[in-house]
Amino acid sequence: MGELLIVKNLKTYFKTFKGLVKSVDGVDLTLDRGETLGIVGESGGGKSVTGFSIIKLIEEPGEIVDGQIIFEGEDLVNKSEKQMEEIRGKEISMIFQDPMTALNPILSIKKQIDEALQLHTNMNKSERLHAGIELLRSVGIPNPEVRIESFPHELSGGMRQRVIIAIAMATNPKLIIADEPTTALDVTIQAQILKLMKELVEKNNNSLILITHNLAVVSEMTDKVMVMYCGKVMERGSTQTIIRSSSHPYTRGLLSSIPRFRSNRKRLDTIEGIVPNMYDLPKGCYFAPRCKYRKPLCETEQPHMTEITKDHFVYCHFPLTDGDNSK
Amino acid sequence: MKSEYKTLGTSQNSLIKKIRSSEIFYNYKHNLPGIIGSVIFVVTILIAIIGPFFTPQNPYNLVDISLSNSYLPPAWVEGGTIRFLLGTDGQGRDILSAIIYGSRLSLFISITAMILSCTFGILAGLIAGYYGGKIESILMRITDIQLSFPATLLAIFIMTVFGRGVDKVIVALVLVGWVRYARTVRGEVLREKTREYVDASKTIGLFDRAIMFKHILPNTLTPVVVLSTIQVGTFILTEATLSFLGVGVEITKPSLGLLVKNGFDVMFSGCWWISVFPGLYIMIIVFGINLLGDFLRDELNPKLK
Repeated sequence: MGELLIVKNLKTYFKTFKGLVKSVDGVDLTLDRGETLGIVGESGGGKSVTGFSIIKLIEEPGEIVDGQIIFEGEDLVNKSEKQMEEIRGKEISMIFQDPMTALNPILSIKKQIDEALQLHTNMNKSERLHAGIELLRSVGIPNPEVRIESFPHELSGGMRQRVIIAIAMATNPKLIIADEPTTALDVTIQAQILKLMKELVEKNNNSLILITHNLAVVSEMTDKVMVMYCGKVMERGSTQTIIRSSSHPYTRGLLSSIPRFRSNRKRLDTIEGIVPNMYDLPKGCYFAPRCKYRKPLCETEQPHMTEITKDHFVYCHFPLTDGDNSK
Repeated sequence: MKSEYKTLGTSQNSLIKKIRSSEIFYNYKHNLPGIIGSVIFVVTILIAIIGPFFTPQNPYNLVDISLSNSYLPPAWVEGGTIRFLLGTDGQGRDILSAIIYGSRLSLFISITAMILSCTFGILAGLIAGYYGGKIESILMRITDIQLSFPATLLAIFIMTVFGRGVDKVIVALVLVGWVRYARTVRGEVLREKTREYVDASKTIGLFDRAIMFKHILPNTLTPVVVLSTIQVGTFILTEATLSFLGVGVEITKPSLGLLVKNGFDVMFSGCWWISVFPGLYIMIIVFGINLLGDFLRDELNPKLK
């Protein structure tokens, strides 16, 4: 069995004063060992909530109301908090968006790396220190013996993100969930960090879920892509298929809003309209109000997930089949 | 190359060097009220600790006291002697010695009460802020109710129920004082809880207690330090008030407040020194502590910078 993670019909709802928010509404995904998956979509599409649901860190008023998260053959939804503490950090770990706040400002790097090692390994103190130094070296921090004593404020943003990656990699977890790991960094550093993550994941044969709103990042980093919108999966398939011949109007819209050097367009394409209010979603397809190709059926009835070609699923009544994205 | 990195590592620097080169120390050197406050605070603490070894008299020891020395004025007033620098009270106790012994008691009470109320308050605030929900509502409503009464009134009420005594004064002060800590810490925890490092420590599988005490608590301590300094001053005043009203410490071992009260009865018959000197000393201590607290507040609160 090559499958590390199978998520079936995952539903995470937030019960708020203003009403029920279906942040994740029936998400299916599969991930093999050593495979990388990109989850893309606009803000508020439920990407991060999907990530947090997988390690079951959904806080009140949120709740996983339905679905299965089968990790290594075991369903995480039924696991107790105590069992999850064993899994978090050891089997599944997470990398956060903002390196400025994801490290505790008053503890040294050494202490923060040590914590993960102390929880999940049997190493003694000097072994842990040694392992910590090696981890920092592996993420490309120069002079790790000295740097390990530093505090977060003494490091730059890129360095901090490297430290966070080192902490996430500390126990060589089977799955790493990276929630917009490069959004808060400047562009030159972004490329470095992504390259580093890709190398490390390939070297250690970890699986990776990369949550991002940047399709360009996904196209270079991942094997598979899943496009989310308002808590629903719009389209999923291999990266090649999604980039070359996407069939969902939303994916097309995202793709055509990436600037390209060679094209002679004056203005960048945008997707008209805004993301609908999560308290008051359209009756039919959630994307219908913004869709260029909408038909009357789209506004009244929700589409079903259909498999167009092998492993290429589209959530649309009228998937586009002309196969050309670059318009 | 090697030496360049050396300055980056913090453990290589000795603590003193670190303090001397810190911004706080620089600001401290240029902040006169801060210097005055800390000097007063340190000196009064020293007097309280080692002062009793040098006093001309032990006011608790009846053998030392002679009624024939009663109501002697301070040394510089006609009729005063150099032996009793600040005069004596009705039982012939030396006021200077009584003040030193009394300040020891006052500071002991207020600092102990501060530490205890700090502990309870931090615990309550951490639990309320971290877990939220029902437990938070209950704890915070208690603090709301308590804060709606004047602290002194509540302390008087508690003391009349329990009776006199040093331990009982401490209990009363702790019961009055923990609410401020609880509210402060809860507010800080609520803010810190939303930071990503808390989520991050959950994702490595850290359990709640470790997150609360290792990660969140140290990040909330700055306002607690400031509050603690000011709280010591407040407690000295509250204790003095209680003793002055006759519901504080025992008469045989007077605190500063009780000394003021003892002299108050004879104040207008000319024996002003019995009340005035202990009163002045309370004022100096609280003044110093508040100056220090103000300095710390300005330094440690990034919003005021």
